[in-house]
Amino acid sequence: MGHGPRDGFDNPIIEWVDSRLPIFTMMQKEYGVFPTPRNFNWFWNFGAIAMFMLITMIVTGIVLAMHYTADTKLAFDSVERITRDVNGGWLLRNLHMNGASFFFIAVYIHMFRGIYYGSYKGPRELLWILGVVIFLLMMATAFIGYVLPWGQMSLWGATVITNLFSAIPFVGEKYIMPLLLGGFSIDNATLTRFFALHYLLPFVIFAVVFLHIWALHVTGSNNPLGIEPKGPQDTLPFHPYYTMKDFFGMIIFMILYAWFVFYAPDAMGHPDNYIPANPLVTPPHIVPEWYFLPFYAILRAITFNFNIFMLAGLGLLAVFMVEFIWRYKPKYLSGAQGICLLVAGSGLAVFGLLADFNQTWAIPMTASTDVPISAKFGGVLAMFGSIGLLVVLPWLDSHPIRSARFRPLFRIAVLVFTLSVFILGYAGSQPSDKVYLSACLGDAQACEAIEHGNADHIEAGHEPMVLALDNTMVAQAFTALYFSFFLIILPLLSRFEKGRELPTSIHEAVLAKKQKAGA
Amino acid sequence: MSTETNTTNDNTPNSAPEAEGETRRDFMQLLATAFGVVGGALAAWPLINSLNPAKDTLALATVEVDISGIPKGEAKTIMWQGKPVFVRHRTEEEIKMAEAVDVQSLTDKQSDKERVQRPEWLITVGVCTHLGCVPVGQKMTDTRGDYGGWFCPCHGSHYDTSGRIRKGPAPKNLAIPPYEFINDTTIRIG
Repeated sequence: MGHGPRDGFDNPIIEWVDSRLPIFTMMQKEYGVFPTPRNFNWFWNFGAIAMFMLITMIVTGIVLAMHYTADTKLAFDSVERITRDVNGGWLLRNLHMNGASFFFIAVYIHMFRGIYYGSYKGPRELLWILGVVIFLLMMATAFIGYVLPWGQMSLWGATVITNLFSAIPFVGEKYIMPLLLGGFSIDNATLTRFFALHYLLPFVIFAVVFLHIWALHVTGSNNPLGIEPKGPQDTLPFHPYYTMKDFFGMIIFMILYAWFVFYAPDAMGHPDNYIPANPLVTPPHIVPEWYFLPFYAILRAITFNFNIFMLAGLGLLAVFMVEFIWRYKPKYLSGAQGICLLVAGSGLAVFGLLADFNQTWAIPMTASTDVPISAKFGGVLAMFGSIGLLVVLPWLDSHPIRSARFRPLFRIAVLVFTLSVFILGYAGSQPSDKVYLSACLGDAQACEAIEHGNADHIEAGHEPMVLALDNTMVAQAFTALYFSFFLIILPLLSRFEKGRELPTSIHEAVLAKKQKAGA
Repeated sequence: MSTETNTTNDNTPNSAPEAEGETRRDFMQLLATAFGVVGGALAAWPLINSLNPAKDTLALATVEVDISGIPKGEAKTIMWQGKPVFVRHRTEEEIKMAEAVDVQSLTDKQSDKERVQRPEWLITVGVCTHLGCVPVGQKMTDTRGDYGGWFCPCHGSHYDTSGRIRKGPAPKNLAIPPYEFINDTTIRIG
């Protein structure tokens, strides 16, 4: 960086600095004249907006830390004191706690943009992976930050999430949990280390953001057409064109953010967190912050154990996918063998699942003490796996066309996927046994009795069959959709989708659109 | 890895190339890297170990409890190691229910006898084995779930009158802490 030839500056002070440390040359090159595709739409604002939110969080966070006390006896009151007594403390706190939500809003839109327009594809794979790393670090930072006010949701949210680690076989409960918590439960030792980490991680995020932007400036930005700029006619200098466009979008975003900060600061929070933490009373309904809800739904969706039959079945299906879909031509297996694999794999998986639900069959190796992956550990794997899939996304989708504009089927798939993430988010916010629809089949009198809560009075032999669609089933269906988008639909589309004809260059597409609009 | 000792002048371009292109320098680099990794791990260990439970935390490991005031059918909550412990005075009916269960039909197979020292007193850690919430059911007026023991409101696990998991996502029975009866009305937990 900064070893190239310099043009020199007229201002002698700037020139004195720049000849020793070419920081002005670098800024000029990377943010002044940096060639940027001329056809960005508003989705391309959200990287800059996310950067703005990160800086807002760091600045407000540093000042809040000066007023906060990390001690279980004092933490809750010190946060209340910030809101009530510290000069302008209410503003700082509202900016910080709503800032977390708005940071996630910006980043989720930024990620949607990346998926919809295929920004993760070569040569930008590493740029995308660094983005996923930032996302993971943000989730960790937000999670531990929510513990600091030491309210009921802080304590119990942290209890539920740290207990996930106890699901790790052999070492989880005995070694990892005490190491993580510094005790046998979430207590003072946990709070102090969480505070230290909450102060540290934003700077780690900042460092990874630096790498993310560095990688961006090596490959250049993607654009809505998903084709590379071929020359100066396809690009604009970053300044003033995109500095202005980013600035405008940022102002719109800030208006929304400010509305929440000033008029609805607790709208996205949970009232239970204004009750001081009490290790003896669990709130009746624990929910994480909204930005974790889809992943929380995936965690709760795994209510069944993975026994050896299911794992074997899934393994066979994976071999089928690799051999017949990901490879263009099967290398080791014939078509007939493939069909056998498909039938055997799905048969085994379904059999294993049925055996798990019907423990009375007493099929060997399916009792919950004999399964390699328990429901709890399975939930943890599914939750982390749902984010892990984003890391390998560039290789799951190997279609040569980037933008969904030229891939009609991919476009539908992405929109359905996005919708399913929203539905998962809703499912995550509801109690797992909530019933959406139910039907009662059989004896009419008995059905009426059940409706009125008198199920005890039904005569033996007259029990009706009750079919119910509960929240767990919804979460399971959409978790299946989430995973099949990555593992089945994308590889299939990569291979079979034809796609539309791409424009020859960005400027031709832009001019054609302009002519059409003028005519 | 060859360990030959080449004592003549080292790797000047004129000297004969060594077997398979390996040189003393390669060996030294490998050795230095290995040394660095081991040294780094040793230096990191005290930092990581300091995050384990401290001595004062470990010292709070036992409590004595007076159980004389607990009426039949009710339970008392005691803090032990920062976690709630349930001391439940079971009724005859509850004991019968707990003993009548077919152990083979359970998720976590344990008979009631294995879980109590005296049948009328059930002492368990009051932490749901799913994700660590505190189940409800201490009072007779609480929701006690389908099996009359405890019900975890977080993700819907039902425990029976022996604290065993009967329904819901929890994988194990409520844990039994180490305890002993000092006399008929006092127990020591831990």
